[in-house]
Amino acid sequence: MASRRDFLRGCLAGGAVAATVVPTPAVARDTLQRPPEALGLLYDATLCVGCQACVAACKQANDNPAEFNALDKLWDTPLDTSGDTFNIIKMYRHGTMTTKDTEENGFAFMKTSCMHCADPSCVSACPVTAMFKDPVTGVVGYDPDACIGCRYCVAACPFGIPKYQYDSPTGQIGKCELCRERYADGHYSACAEVCPTGATLFGRTSDLLVEAKRRLNLQPGKWTMMPRGRLPAPDETAEQAALWKAPRDQHYEAQVGNYVRHVYGETEYGGTQVLKLSAVPFVKVGMPDLPPRSSAATSETIQHSLYGGLLMPLAVLGALTFVARRNVVADDDGERNDQGGQ
Amino acid sequence: MANTNLIALERDARISAAAERLSMTRREFLQFCAALAATLGLPQGADAAVAEAVATKQRPSVIWLHFQECTGCTESMLRAEHPTLEKLILDVISLDYHETLFAAAGHQVEAARKSAMEQHKGKYILVVEGAIPTRDGGIYCKIGGQTAIELLKECAADAAAVIAIGSCASWGGMPSTDPNPTGASSVAKVLGKPVVTIPGCPPNPYNFLSTVVHFLTFGKLPEVDHLGRPKFAYSRLIHENCERRAHFDAGRFAMEFGDPGHRQGYCLYKLGCKGPETYANCSVILFGDAGAGTWPVACGHPCIGCTEEGVGFAKPIHALAKLKNIEPSAFLPRIVEEQGVGASLGAAALLAAVAGAAAGAGAMLTRNLGLSHQAEELEKAKQDQANQSTEV
Repeated sequence: MASRRDFLRGCLAGGAVAATVVPTPAVARDTLQRPPEALGLLYDATLCVGCQACVAACKQANDNPAEFNALDKLWDTPLDTSGDTFNIIKMYRHGTMTTKDTEENGFAFMKTSCMHCADPSCVSACPVTAMFKDPVTGVVGYDPDACIGCRYCVAACPFGIPKYQYDSPTGQIGKCELCRERYADGHYSACAEVCPTGATLFGRTSDLLVEAKRRLNLQPGKWTMMPRGRLPAPDETAEQAALWKAPRDQHYEAQVGNYVRHVYGETEYGGTQVLKLSAVPFVKVGMPDLPPRSSAATSETIQHSLYGGLLMPLAVLGALTFVARRNVVADDDGERNDQGGQ
Repeated sequence: MANTNLIALERDARISAAAERLSMTRREFLQFCAALAATLGLPQGADAAVAEAVATKQRPSVIWLHFQECTGCTESMLRAEHPTLEKLILDVISLDYHETLFAAAGHQVEAARKSAMEQHKGKYILVVEGAIPTRDGGIYCKIGGQTAIELLKECAADAAAVIAIGSCASWGGMPSTDPNPTGASSVAKVLGKPVVTIPGCPPNPYNFLSTVVHFLTFGKLPEVDHLGRPKFAYSRLIHENCERRAHFDAGRFAMEFGDPGHRQGYCLYKLGCKGPETYANCSVILFGDAGAGTWPVACGHPCIGCTEEGVGFAKPIHALAKLKNIEPSAFLPRIVEEQGVGASLGAAALLAAVAGAAAGAGAMLTRNLGLSHQAEELEKAKQDQANQSTEV
């Protein structure tokens, strides 16, 4: 049998062997950026009329059941995103609620659905490959077959989007995937397809950002043409346009909103593919104030520095070894045997 | 107010006479009066008052002026079907001047107007159909040598009430469409005072008739909004009572004329329906009294907002309406839903005090259990008996 001394010797030897592996220098991970062909949505809260057609269409497109929070179980009344609700219109309420899109004594609508981050925290947190970001479209997708149900993504998301189906024994994560399964059939995101006022607009994020900036640069109250449904790329060919079933030109004349001078999602966490415009400060309508550097980049930098080349395990092992060695009492195995023999 | 019991009027000879005069059965007549009262949104019992008023009161004299218009309002009135309204127009009211319906012409008819104005001074109702041209001294519309402005002012001076029928008279309507070469203006603007307006192109004859009957029954015009529109007819958006509203709420829209959604009766909002910004009761009593399922939206054509200034004849038909009834919905969740919080210190202390008191009371009760007064007495009696028996 190995004595304690042998064991300690072995430990030291093992540590020495491991220490000979030169740790690769840990590099700080940069915040990821949107892919050039990233798809997304532009939500303009000043155009939203709160009809919730997008909520109904989302439920239908994703085959999700209704959720009841009212006494009469007649209408789908989800209070937040959930495992069965991927998109919801929430309402900001203040005081007498007389004027739309006013901070004081007003009300405003806000769409709550996946922002499709350039550097998604859920993908970073996922220990398997259940959460993934499409390299071309940038859509943050979910693969239930890979999911182990740890719900790290639920905790990681700054917008509270991925939600777990807690009431199911075989629960999955539910989140908006920008209707990526519908593209092949010529349908884009159901919420944008159905939106009567173009408050939710589907398109390439780069084009949507240009459109959002255009609206910001216009005089509030001025009449302008607002696209509806899908924002075609400026260089879109007729063939590309024919891939989509919904009519192409649905623009209409509407008044420019009195926007907060910021496109939410332009820089937040390195940018999101869903962009938002609002007349009420974003923090008040539930959009958190986020720095340009993503938390995924920060956490991965820390984690990869610590665990890169087993750096931290070795350091801990070294420290443990040191503590163990210091506490070894200098006595002799033989002596003890002699004493034991007496 | 007179009678409030419609049943009591069933056998009334005056009612029979009035019904006969209007070539209706007595029942039809009473039903018609009840329908009018319902259109006006009057309380129960008002139907009887309306029936009595229509049957017995002296028919109010009506002078009906025509200016820049298409006579559509009159035509719509004449084509009303249930019951034949042209009889009512001629019998419920005393139409003393109407250029379209008068058999007489020229000086004869102008004389009729003058005599009616003299005879019913301060009592007649002036109905104006059509806009009034104001540019170049109002020379673009003349009747009997008088400009529309002169004629309107002359007739309005001694009228008991002025009613502007149709969008042209109410706010300028189609003739006032930009660039408005004749300077077409509304009755209220020309007279410089608010009048009752029954906008629409054409308006529902019931809205006009109900206004007149209200005047006949109660001696005053119905309650109106800031634009002079009777509230019983124009206080709600078409969108609010639209038969296609469920499709709007569910996000089912017709995208093009004749597409599958259009054929299935989906919401016409995306085709430019102005229902969400137009105040009228078309979706309730239907447009033009043309019968069920025949108002524009039911036919599959978006509402053009003919009653609404700045919408009808101003906005393109395909242009998207601006929703006027965006009101906070009770169903929409808040940005952050309010959630219950833990008990405050005070509440916890109070609860602890109550619980302590209850526990103390319980303990005392338990201790006293079996020590009731009766039990004590019984015990005492037993002991006494025992004592007595030992003594014996």
